[in-house]
Amino acid sequence: MTAPLASSEIAQRIGKELLQAEPRAEGDAVVVEPGSILEVARFLRETPDLDFDYLVSITAVDRWDYLEVVYRLVSRGHNHSLVVKARCGDRDNAGLPSVVGLWRGADFQEREVFDLMGIRFEGHPNLRRILTWDGFEGHPLRKDFLG
Amino acid sequence: MMIRTEPVVINMGPQHPSTHGVFRMRVTLDGEVIIDMEPVFGYLHRGIEKLAESRTYTQFIPMTDRLDYLASMSNNLGYVLAVEKLAGISVPPRAEYLRVIMAEMMRISSHLMAVGFFINDCGALATPLLYMYREREKLLDLFEMVCGQRLTYNYMRFGGVSHDVPPEFLPALKRFVAEMPGFIDEYDQLLAENEILLVRAQGVGILPRELALNASVSGPVARASGIEWDIRRADPYLVYDKFDFDIPTGTVGDCYDRYRVRILEMRQSLRILVQAIEQLPEGPVRSEVPHLVRPPEGEAYGHIEAPKGELGFYLVSDGSIAPYRCHIRAPSFINMTTLRDMVLGWKLADAIIIFGSIDIVLGEVDR
Repeated sequence: MTAPLASSEIAQRIGKELLQAEPRAEGDAVVVEPGSILEVARFLRETPDLDFDYLVSITAVDRWDYLEVVYRLVSRGHNHSLVVKARCGDRDNAGLPSVVGLWRGADFQEREVFDLMGIRFEGHPNLRRILTWDGFEGHPLRKDFLG
Repeated sequence: MMIRTEPVVINMGPQHPSTHGVFRMRVTLDGEVIIDMEPVFGYLHRGIEKLAESRTYTQFIPMTDRLDYLASMSNNLGYVLAVEKLAGISVPPRAEYLRVIMAEMMRISSHLMAVGFFINDCGALATPLLYMYREREKLLDLFEMVCGQRLTYNYMRFGGVSHDVPPEFLPALKRFVAEMPGFIDEYDQLLAENEILLVRAQGVGILPRELALNASVSGPVARASGIEWDIRRADPYLVYDKFDFDIPTGTVGDCYDRYRVRILEMRQSLRILVQAIEQLPEGPVRSEVPHLVRPPEGEAYGHIEAPKGELGFYLVSDGSIAPYRCHIRAPSFINMTTLRDMVLGWKLADAIIIFGSIDIVLGEVDR
């Protein structure tokens, strides 16, 4: 079985390494500051006993008060998993660093989140709409989007 | 004398026989060699994730059929597993076995289409494909027996399946399972050492293991690149831990390996089917679940090894009768991330078979 890692333990470890990430455990997930997501991701990917080599998915949820980006990670070597979340409070300028440099699998997925949820991924090499067309207005998966 | 040359941009698609749907490859060519490629898609985007938010949990089951429409049962399964996780619904044993049987039949059917169209793309127009269709037809007949449908099944329910299989189903399935290895041998005779296939597919469109790992590639494409990762083994769901089966992998990660892995996986699926039929218990096929499922506030992620890779449903519930958010982790979509890397430097004709060897379904890519 792919074992979900204890989020409180991981949050503590991240906190020791990266104070500015302000990690805290919420249920199965570790919530971090959006600005520090790249450092957190690098820590999770490059620490040998964590070794998250497989970025299963990136998606986002519109919670009205904030837009929540959800990263689902799995280590194929250790067969364990972790969910990391980052919350962007400012709906009009939601953005956070891209993780494409760490996981190529983020490429299309970040574009999808940008397209449908309107979150900018700074440093993404080609952040353009992917499912709707260039020139489409609005971000359909936001709760305030009216077709 | 110097001849002035310049790159040519060609739009392959959106309407093109090799794109298996509405998909566009914007290729930049230097002569016949691809120097740049950009996949353009979204033509079939129906906003299925958004539609889920305005439907009840049950109403969304038939919509999942429209994702990967060559493997509808698998989509049903991934979705109901996620909802069952979210709402804490249990499933009777007979239903679990029936689900495994359906999922493995679906895998064979989907791989038949993948292999058939791949050969089609190689230039063997229609004839080998019809051999694959012949066997798929038998599977579709079986599905029709079970749920009255041949493409969009809507068979899975929360807590089980919509109804038990009819008495004539199991004998017919046993017959199929007994005959099928012979047909796979036939494909092997026709294709495995076929000079033309070897020349076209071996060493072409190599996806290195490191890149496959890094690019979240899953399913047969990842396994062809030597990644031994199968959710049925890594994170067993239903009753997959009760079956003996191998995970075929490739060594090179070229088009031929991807073709080969699918053929071998069909044999493994047959092995699972034999065991599942043997172990199939009697009993109810559906637990008592209210008509309107109202999962508690929270979230769940259910994933399965679909024919094309890891299919995941991420559901967020606010305690109401409709999902607050439903994200579909579509294997076809993510497996395409590396398409550009795979086709660069190859000729235009190779791009078609490299693309075909990934085996995507646009319903799932565009959602």
